[in-house]
Amino acid sequence: MSAAAIAEPMLPRPFRVVASRRETGDTVTLELVPLAGSVPDFAPDQFKPGQFNMVYAFGVGEVPVSLSGDPADGGRMVHTVRAVGAVSRAIAAAAPGSVLGVRGPFGSAWPMAEAEGRDLLLVAGGLGLAPLRPAIRQALARGERFGRIAILYGSRGPAEILYREELAAWGQRPGATVALTLDHADAAWEGHVGVVPDLIPGVSFDPRNSVAMLCGPEVMLRFTARALLGAGVPAERIYVSMERNMKCAVGLCGHCQFGGDFICRDGAVLRYDRVAARLAVREV
Amino acid sequence: MRSDEAQAEPGEAAAGAGQRAPRRLIARDQLGALIQTLAGSGYAVIGPTVRDGAIVYDEVRGVADLPAGWTDRQEAGRYRLERREDGALFGYAVGPHSWKRFLHPPAELLWRARRTEDGFAVEAAPPSPPRFAFLGVRACELHAIAIQDRVFLGGTYRDTGYAARREGAFVVAVNCGTAGGTCFCASMGTGPGVSAGFDLALTELVGDGGHAFLVEAGSEAGATVLAGLASQPATQAALAAAEAVVEGARAGMGRRMETAGLKELLQSNPEHPRWDDIAARCLACANCTMVCPTCFCTTVSDRTDLAGGEATREKRWDSCFTADFSFIHGGAVRASRRSRYRQWMTHKLAHWIDQFGTSGCVGCGRCITWCPVGIDITEEAAAIRAQATGPGKPEVTHGDA
Amino acid sequence: METLEHLLLEHPFLAGLDAALGRPLAGCARNLRFAAGEFLFREGEPADEFYLIREGRVVLELHVPARSPLVIAAIGDGDIVGLSWLAPPHRWAFDARATAETRAFGLGAGCVRERCEENHHLGYEMMKRILPVTVRRMQAARQQLLDVYGQHPA
Repeated sequence: MSAAAIAEPMLPRPFRVVASRRETGDTVTLELVPLAGSVPDFAPDQFKPGQFNMVYAFGVGEVPVSLSGDPADGGRMVHTVRAVGAVSRAIAAAAPGSVLGVRGPFGSAWPMAEAEGRDLLLVAGGLGLAPLRPAIRQALARGERFGRIAILYGSRGPAEILYREELAAWGQRPGATVALTLDHADAAWEGHVGVVPDLIPGVSFDPRNSVAMLCGPEVMLRFTARALLGAGVPAERIYVSMERNMKCAVGLCGHCQFGGDFICRDGAVLRYDRVAARLAVREV
Repeated sequence: MRSDEAQAEPGEAAAGAGQRAPRRLIARDQLGALIQTLAGSGYAVIGPTVRDGAIVYDEVRGVADLPAGWTDRQEAGRYRLERREDGALFGYAVGPHSWKRFLHPPAELLWRARRTEDGFAVEAAPPSPPRFAFLGVRACELHAIAIQDRVFLGGTYRDTGYAARREGAFVVAVNCGTAGGTCFCASMGTGPGVSAGFDLALTELVGDGGHAFLVEAGSEAGATVLAGLASQPATQAALAAAEAVVEGARAGMGRRMETAGLKELLQSNPEHPRWDDIAARCLACANCTMVCPTCFCTTVSDRTDLAGGEATREKRWDSCFTADFSFIHGGAVRASRRSRYRQWMTHKLAHWIDQFGTSGCVGCGRCITWCPVGIDITEEAAAIRAQATGPGKPEVTHGDA
Repeated sequence: METLEHLLLEHPFLAGLDAALGRPLAGCARNLRFAAGEFLFREGEPADEFYLIREGRVVLELHVPARSPLVIAAIGDGDIVGLSWLAPPHRWAFDARATAETRAFGLGAGCVRERCEENHHLGYEMMKRILPVTVRRMQAARQQLLDVYGQHPA
């Protein structure tokens, strides 16, 4: 377990939306602060990159959403939400001033300590950049502790690129590389077109002394992990973030099971060698 | 399957096998006194009773509520009550209910929220657990309770409602004298005799014109209750008779599960052709998960009143056989019945061991009896073992054209 | 063996191949039958055999959680299933599943590569047969990628 237990894990605590920024056509980033006095034990800097919250829209329902802010920002919970269902639509539509319920943070974290002293590969597909953003920001803020930092990001098209300005800024940092690729580009796009694993040969890193953190759709995870293995990265230094149905988020309801793991409790971040065989089987 | 020590619950003076309390004999009518005593101490006494053609667990007020002279005949997909020749009160195996119905109820309010000027406020459901006394808990069911203890109380996050109900419960166990046609507890190492995890344990001695119970206290609370009953020291003959009762059940066990290497067998055979075979029969009705004494999965149901001012969240039993269970954006991860049965059985017999250090099966046979098409978990496990393909890719044999 | 060699060299994929040149391939071949629903291979597994379809239908699929498997291509009589054996890391990129009773020759990939190394004339003949399949599939994939029938904003 990567974080201290929460006193009342089943009770949503009210948080006020203080900022909402549109990222793409259906995706927004919300910043939340606890309602005054209502969350006495709230310590926003205690979450770890890779963890998630259960976010509740009053009267609509609750969904897991990864934390996409930096713990060092202090005072704010940041969530990037894509409006795809009734609940996520309600959350994404929450205007500044409105109140959402939050349970969490829950789940495992990206292995930031293990990655120190090594090259770091942060590979995202689509919305998968959101759960990696805390790891990216933490790594860049402590750049001297890591080797080379490569951020590889695949997006559907130019309009679906998340954190566009930040990506550009990240690429300016010494020792950091940002490589983007699109499934479908337009004529204005001058970058790479194709799938994320194709970006790997263009990045300089020492495969024997790297840690890779992967987040995106499962197909992308499978192909990227295999490409990294092929490049010589050991399976035990590749980490993937998984998605399954979640209700309780504390390992009691059974919904998120993936083989022997509860994604909410043992994941969402799991070591690739632990899940590789299961990822190959359909409908696990 | 588990050590006695691991089964003892918190706050209970575990009766180790080596230091069992001296057993006593009570007459049949003292069972009524037992029920009265427990009810008088504030317990809701839950025991077996006949309803709708089955023996179910419900509140009992006296011996008259118990299923005197009834037994159950069970086979795959079949359950029928029949008359016994004697007046045994516990002369059946197990019915469709298990004690999880009370410790882990089918529906439970988690919280209530109401809109406020400043957003909304959430209030936890008030904890008011009834104190249950369970009468007639079988060995397999004691193991099932111990397994759910691990599930709900063994991790970082505890199910507080379960914890409260569990801590307040008084358990009167019964040694099995009649094995059901679908029972296989002997092969799971979970019965038919009880060994730990009870406050009192009964062995029913009926026949030769007599009807009495051998009683053993398994905790301080149990010893206190026993001391309040009219009892006599157990005779050698009674002890021998009690032993014969359990041996009779062991010998009459309807089925058997081979547990050696079962976890590895299932975990390395996700593509076994037998899953397709089962899928062709399974209706995905979820009966097996509802009757299983260890299946613990739940969902939440959020409701709002019409005015939108108040919302509640209720926890309800759920089943890995439903389509909603594995739903993520786009659809169900486990869309096929094949994958749902595989999930259920592999979880129960294999992943459970990784997750909780124990199998999730206690050999009670309910899933076999209450399956409308008679799918038999012991038979399916044996079939997978019979043509196991080993770890890795399934071996497919192709005949020459 | 005579029969297998004869039948193999009659397969459209090998049409026109000089019998003397093609004969060693028979030593790499198995005659196989797949029931409908059976997998020829699965994504990620070593690509150690490829298939010349005699009769039947095989689809290439990718499995995605919470959706039906995505079918990328359907391959029928006279065609070849499996290209990943040609290039490192020699692992399948897709699942191949028979959707009808399918009869096929399975050719051991290592064996074929060795025969081609031993006799570059055979290697060149194989290249002339495999490359058009590769180009055709790549072009088709690119056209599918354009999603020309999809909805486009005005």
